[in-house]
Amino acid sequence: MRQGAEFLMTSTILEMRDITKTFPGVKALSNVNLSVEEGEIHAVVGENGAGKSTLMKVLSGVYPSGTYEGEIVFRGQECHFKGIHDSEHIGIVIIHQELALVPMLSIAENIFLGNEHAAYGVIDWNANEKRTKALLDKVGLKEDPKTLITNIGVGKQQLVEIAKALSKEVKLLILDEPTASLSEKDSQALLDLLLEFKRQGMTSILISHKLNEVNRVADKVTVIRDGRTIETLPRKDISEDRIITSMVGRSLDDRYPPREPRIGDVIFEVKDWSVYHPIHAERQVIKNISLNVRKGEVVGIAGLMGAGRTEFAMSLFGRSYGRHITGEVLLRGKPIDLSSVSKAVASGIAYVTEDRKTYGLNLIDHIKHNVTLANLGGVSSRGVIDDMREMSVANDYRKKTNIRASSVYQLTGNLSGGNQQKVVLSKWLFADPEVLILDEPTRGIDVGAKYEIYTIIARLAAEGKAIIVISSEMPELLGITDRIYVMNEGRIVGEMAASDASQEKIMRAIVRGEGKKHHEHR
Amino acid sequence: MSTDSAPAPQSGIAEDVKQGPRVAVSALTTNLREYGLIIALIVIMLFFQYTTSGTLFKPVNLSNLVQQNSFIIVMALGMLLVIVAGYIDLSVGSVAGFIGALAAMMMVIWPLGIFSNPLVVSIVCLIVGALIGAAQGYWIAYHRIPSFIVTLAGMLIFRGICQALLGGGSSVGPLPDSFKALSSGFIPDVIGPLTLIPPTVNAAGKTIVGSGLTLHMTTVVLGVVAVLAYAYFGLRARRKRERHGYEAEPFPLFVIKTLVGSALALFLVFQFASYRGLPVVLLVMGVLISLFVFVTKRMTIGRRIYAMGGNAKAAQLSGINTERLTLLVFINMGVLSALGGLIIAARLGQAVPAAGLGSELDVIAAVFIGGASAMGGVGQVIGAVVGGFIMGVMNNGMSIMGVNVDWQQVVKGLVLLGAVIFDVYNKNKA
Repeated sequence: MRQGAEFLMTSTILEMRDITKTFPGVKALSNVNLSVEEGEIHAVVGENGAGKSTLMKVLSGVYPSGTYEGEIVFRGQECHFKGIHDSEHIGIVIIHQELALVPMLSIAENIFLGNEHAAYGVIDWNANEKRTKALLDKVGLKEDPKTLITNIGVGKQQLVEIAKALSKEVKLLILDEPTASLSEKDSQALLDLLLEFKRQGMTSILISHKLNEVNRVADKVTVIRDGRTIETLPRKDISEDRIITSMVGRSLDDRYPPREPRIGDVIFEVKDWSVYHPIHAERQVIKNISLNVRKGEVVGIAGLMGAGRTEFAMSLFGRSYGRHITGEVLLRGKPIDLSSVSKAVASGIAYVTEDRKTYGLNLIDHIKHNVTLANLGGVSSRGVIDDMREMSVANDYRKKTNIRASSVYQLTGNLSGGNQQKVVLSKWLFADPEVLILDEPTRGIDVGAKYEIYTIIARLAAEGKAIIVISSEMPELLGITDRIYVMNEGRIVGEMAASDASQEKIMRAIVRGEGKKHHEHR
Repeated sequence: MSTDSAPAPQSGIAEDVKQGPRVAVSALTTNLREYGLIIALIVIMLFFQYTTSGTLFKPVNLSNLVQQNSFIIVMALGMLLVIVAGYIDLSVGSVAGFIGALAAMMMVIWPLGIFSNPLVVSIVCLIVGALIGAAQGYWIAYHRIPSFIVTLAGMLIFRGICQALLGGGSSVGPLPDSFKALSSGFIPDVIGPLTLIPPTVNAAGKTIVGSGLTLHMTTVVLGVVAVLAYAYFGLRARRKRERHGYEAEPFPLFVIKTLVGSALALFLVFQFASYRGLPVVLLVMGVLISLFVFVTKRMTIGRRIYAMGGNAKAAQLSGINTERLTLLVFINMGVLSALGGLIIAARLGQAVPAAGLGSELDVIAAVFIGGASAMGGVGQVIGAVVGGFIMGVMNNGMSIMGVNVDWQQVVKGLVLLGAVIFDVYNKNKA
């Protein structure tokens, strides 16, 4: 058996056939096929939300057998994983984007967590440390196994994760966006390590949307779009242009309400905005961003996950993110003070958060109280709330934004994602801002509700507000904005009128930005 | 609710719900917890009325009951805000003990001249309470030290200072009568008593204590005015809702609620009036309860506290200064702990090292029995007050029955557990 595998160097190690995975109301994957050869680095690429991570969760048993259709064949055997344990047992190990390490435990403790060398529950620390040292050598990490995870950088943590995978006799290593939070140097080291593993005969799947990285290490690329396999490109056909075309080749239909922009003068302007990471003080997250928005204009900020868009918006809004914030913000040409959220709101800025459940709503309270929260002054006098005024405000916005609920006394925790988003929007509309920053306003909501949100945005623009929309869905930005800034790695790498923008252009701006940075480092 | 607010049908939305009778039903179910609690209190009172052969509702016992438990209820008002805001305060019993000791030292031991005046001492003590609350709240609000730890430290610190102030195990007293009136006094009868049945005079020419029926008319008048005001404001709020086109609770429900509430209140007023009138401390409590109901239900600051407890991050991103709000909540708690301490000292007539010992647990239990959530964001003032009375009635009733103190603890523990299990069960069912 073992010998047979060595002779047939190009045998297929993994075959996923016709995988279909449905969530309530959404088809996340539909008839996806993926075939991985033994000993290759196979890249899986696609836009955010294309279904890459869902596919990997199916493969690793996070979604157990029976919750999806289709079959998985690994090393010639059909597999029905009931959970992560089953897949790890036969050698499929996935390293997730968010590292699963316990910060206050040591490297050795983390590597063998749940898998310790122990007799009758008593751990043999010497054996653990010896094995850890050997594994760390393999991944080229020179650290004492007793070092706490919290004391080493993200790049090294990533290596610890890989060492942990190696400790499990891995046959197929899956890396989900491994370089998303790594510096350029650490990313290169990680890619070199992958190539080294390949020389030793290991198979890996690399999920990434950094196309230059894919270009560098991948033997094959499978492109996924809208939950479908588009194509698998062999090494000789891999080029960034080819991949981009394949990734975004989607037609735009009339999923967006028509609007006639009436754009006035610049009312909101950010100059030279810089922000550092709240914990790692030396890491600059936002790098000298300048942008402006005109009256009645909808401006989009495009970029990949981790480009720093949310961090930028939150640092603007009452310094809710980061430190050592420098730069200037002008409203109608006059500098404004955004040093606290209440000052930002008072100056006429509103920020609709990306994560409505964690940052946007009080889920255990009803619609009425949520709608008025950001502008309680508007329904009270001398600190006493006028119940009737509040009631009519809540009903008014419920009608305006078409929130579907039995009454304004329904708990927001019991609403659907789309209706929750309308409550958050109502809250900020009632605060009557001049500048509205919407962060991923349609994430996780269905198509019908999306259209309603777009309609509200169009109406606000028509009323003369300045609107910034942050979105990872490029068609959405092309469909509803007037102008698009492209952000990557904390800086603006492109600006274009929506009318002559395209998904290819945006993608190219991002890739160019990465390439430029790449050269800078060399 | 007007029918034109019915939403236009849309695809892909699951929770379209019909308008109409549902509103009335929800008005009942949302208030069920509060009604249920009050009904539970009444049932418990009737139970003890029976097992103590009618002693519980005797006018003298009702006065005792109020005077014994008032400090728990006063502190529960502050604790409710603390718990709704998402925190806990374990130091209130120790702070109350410390303030009692401070007050006694100022009035009895230290030669302070004019500053030994009970009124001045009380004001100084309330300010000290505020400072203690601010000191603890500062670390919780601005340095994000868990409130459990800060106030656990406070619990040790202030109990220690209390004992040190009193010089080891000794007590300090007696306290002036004018100060003791805060706890054991009754409001003066400015109108004059009304004798309905003259007291029986025995053969020796002495009147038999407790015989006859003389009413404390000021109490009666105050009670009747309060009940009328309650009915009037309830009716007015209803009218206002209807005028604006919003559905109020069903009229029969409103009438029953108002009648039952008024009858109960009048019964209690009558009992108090037939003894020595309204206890001063009940008046203080009544004013504070009204104030806190108003603050939590009608004022922006109250709303912000609920929002902070429900989702601190969302509240902050809605422009609420959560740090300052936390500080204020703890300052308020400090002032009420100090008031609790003054009430305890006034009732005992002296300061003792163990004053308020363990009362933080009764206070916290009262708030949770009253339906507050340990996760923050949920809880009502009236709930906490009724919770406090449930604890008080059980203490009082079981003591009269002669139940051993050890077993009283067991019963109280079971009631607390039962109330919270009932809550969680109800919530999961909904």
